[in-house]
Amino acid sequence: MPGVLLITEAAGEQLAGTTAELIGEGTRLAQQLGGAPVTVLLAGKNVQGLASSLGPLGVDQVLVADSQAPTPPSPQWLLAAAEAAAKQIQPDVILLTHAGGSRDLGAALAYRLDSGIVTDSTALRVEGSDVIITKPVFGGSALAEFSISSSPKVVTLRPRAFESDEAPVAGEAQVEALSVPETDGAIEVLEEIREQATTGPRLKDAKVIVSGGRGLGGPDNWKVVEELAQILGGAVGATRAVTDAGWVPPSLQVGLTGATVAPDLYITIGISGAVQHIAGISGARNVVAINRDADANIFKYARFGVVGDWKQIVPAFTQRLKELRG
Amino acid sequence: MDIVVTVKQVPDPDIPPTHFKVDEATKKVIPPAGVSPVMNGYDAHALEAALKLKEQLGGKVTVVSLGGDSARDTLKRAIAMGADAAVHVNDPALNEADSTTTARALAAAIKKLGAFDLVLSGRQASDTDGGQVHLGIATHLGLPSVSPVQKIEAATADALVVERIVEDGYQRLKVRLPALLGISSEINEPRYPPLKGIMAAGRAQIPVWTAADLGLEGASGKVQLRRLFVETREARVELIEADTLEDAGKKLADKLREARLV
Ligand SMILES: Cc1cc2nc3c(=O)[nH]c(=O)nc-3n(C[C@H](O)[C@H](O)[C@H](O)COP(=O)(O)OP(=O)(O)OC[C@H]3O[C@@H](n4cnc5c(N)ncnc54)[C@H](O)[C@@H]3O)c2cc1C
Ligand SMILES: Nc1ncnc2c1ncn2[C@@H]1O[C@H](COP(=O)(O)O)[C@@H](O)[C@H]1O
Repeated sequence: MPGVLLITEAAGEQLAGTTAELIGEGTRLAQQLGGAPVTVLLAGKNVQGLASSLGPLGVDQVLVADSQAPTPPSPQWLLAAAEAAAKQIQPDVILLTHAGGSRDLGAALAYRLDSGIVTDSTALRVEGSDVIITKPVFGGSALAEFSISSSPKVVTLRPRAFESDEAPVAGEAQVEALSVPETDGAIEVLEEIREQATTGPRLKDAKVIVSGGRGLGGPDNWKVVEELAQILGGAVGATRAVTDAGWVPPSLQVGLTGATVAPDLYITIGISGAVQHIAGISGARNVVAINRDADANIFKYARFGVVGDWKQIVPAFTQRLKELRG
Repeated sequence: MDIVVTVKQVPDPDIPPTHFKVDEATKKVIPPAGVSPVMNGYDAHALEAALKLKEQLGGKVTVVSLGGDSARDTLKRAIAMGADAAVHVNDPALNEADSTTTARALAAAIKKLGAFDLVLSGRQASDTDGGQVHLGIATHLGLPSVSPVQKIEAATADALVVERIVEDGYQRLKVRLPALLGISSEINEPRYPPLKGIMAAGRAQIPVWTAADLGLEGASGKVQLRRLFVETREARVELIEADTLEDAGKKLADKLREARLV
């Protein structure tokens, strides 16, 4: 029976935080497809040691593509690994996470395999012989449902939109090394630079995030966001307006084309709430909006809000939080 | 350096959510009155990057778009910004083209244009939010592709050094030419068309290529749109009010404590 292939990139010799939800959705889909086998391709540098941790997640087979190169694997190498896995497994469905390098890996792979692809999906269901794929479009202003008529079908999953499987199964996956064909070396990785703060939580894992927007007025005011995040032990985020203006590095961008986050508390200052920003925070449990425009879209998504100039609100808010947290 | 840039015409992405409507029967967006479609934002950044490379290294910039009659306006805008030539792929048979067929058609058009050193696309179109068509074009043309690109650091006749956004940071990559890049918005600020450009755009002849011109008859897609709809959302916000905004700030902190969020 044609199975499900899950492709996960391991970065920094660690499984991506989204691997559990990828496997959760992959195994659920496999069951709906009548108990199809689930294979994971684990690709990256020094990833061999991670393979054994995948068995208890309900996976039947793990293919390991271990890069020996001194630099991080190039997009071409990852594509060659993914293509080799797809040719070996001949799956009906291939799933990846729509984050980081996997975003374009999924699309490049689909075209290589002459397959249809839907990216950044937020829900999957099986209807008859079709997989119905829900995907936000027009920045998130509308939802579309697609089906794919080719086999395999390639889908990338929006981070935090799918549940991981809680109950571990007592299973052991069969682990096999995958040999990756040589690439022509047209793309060479010179170096990889990590930008996010080394102190405090990383944006995508943070329980508390303080995000700033264009309404802050300029880079000199950014310390207000940082101070608040620090007091709350949270991470700092930003809108594209802010990252495009160069006030902070692009890796702090939250939204459709930035990070997808799911904190318990997401505090916004001077953010209008454009649909493309909201696309990155639909998993946030409690949104707080500080904005001087009472009609700003962000208030539709907020649990608490204050309408007014942040310059008057935030210093008092920060001070009071300092007192409360002792 | 001869560069081809793919530019797509899209509904204005800044249409406020309250004005965003779709026709579920035809599965299409109903554009609000008086709001014209625009050049896809990331494609404008790609065009700007191409124009900068041309200023630096010489060569020619050609823009290609697949779309209905109105896409001509977007091509004219590209010429006004400084593109040397434009091609419009326009055929009723391609009106409903999915991402598979779109990539095939654009690749065929680029091939028909002749030799080039570089193809620049946007990283993503703001209507499909797909982020995929350019990677399909690269596959069909047998080009190495890098996306999303936030900076072109160095350019010579046969290679580029670029920065590609990855989670938590970026990679510096050396890419051999010819290649295709998917451009992101951090890279530059697209220029406004100068008066000279606007006049050139007025005079420009833009050839139209059909599916038959590109050998695409009978091309069938692989991705079917089954349904398009809008989910409405009711605000449930608790607005914190007080005599002064300072007090509102304090009260907000107390509320968060009460709700055990801080
Ligand atoms: C294809 C595409 C992808 C995109 N991807 C993303 C993405 O991933 N992430 C993202 O964030 N954006 C993204 N965008 C951009 C998005 O559409 C918006 O332009 C952006 O999010 C706006 O950022 P902002 O809220 O900081 O700025 P603005 O929309 O300009 O809002 C500023 C807000 O600050 C308020 N304000 C001003 N002064 C004050 C003050 N003194 N006190 C209090 N409030 C004040 C204003 O009332 C306003 O609401 C994308 C756009 C497109 C087309
Ligand atoms: N119809 C089109 N005409 C020209 N370029 C397109 C078209 N569709 C997609 N592209 C290019 O491919 C990129 C990615 O598109 P998408 O996969 O739809 O997000 C866009 O930014 C454009 O540069």
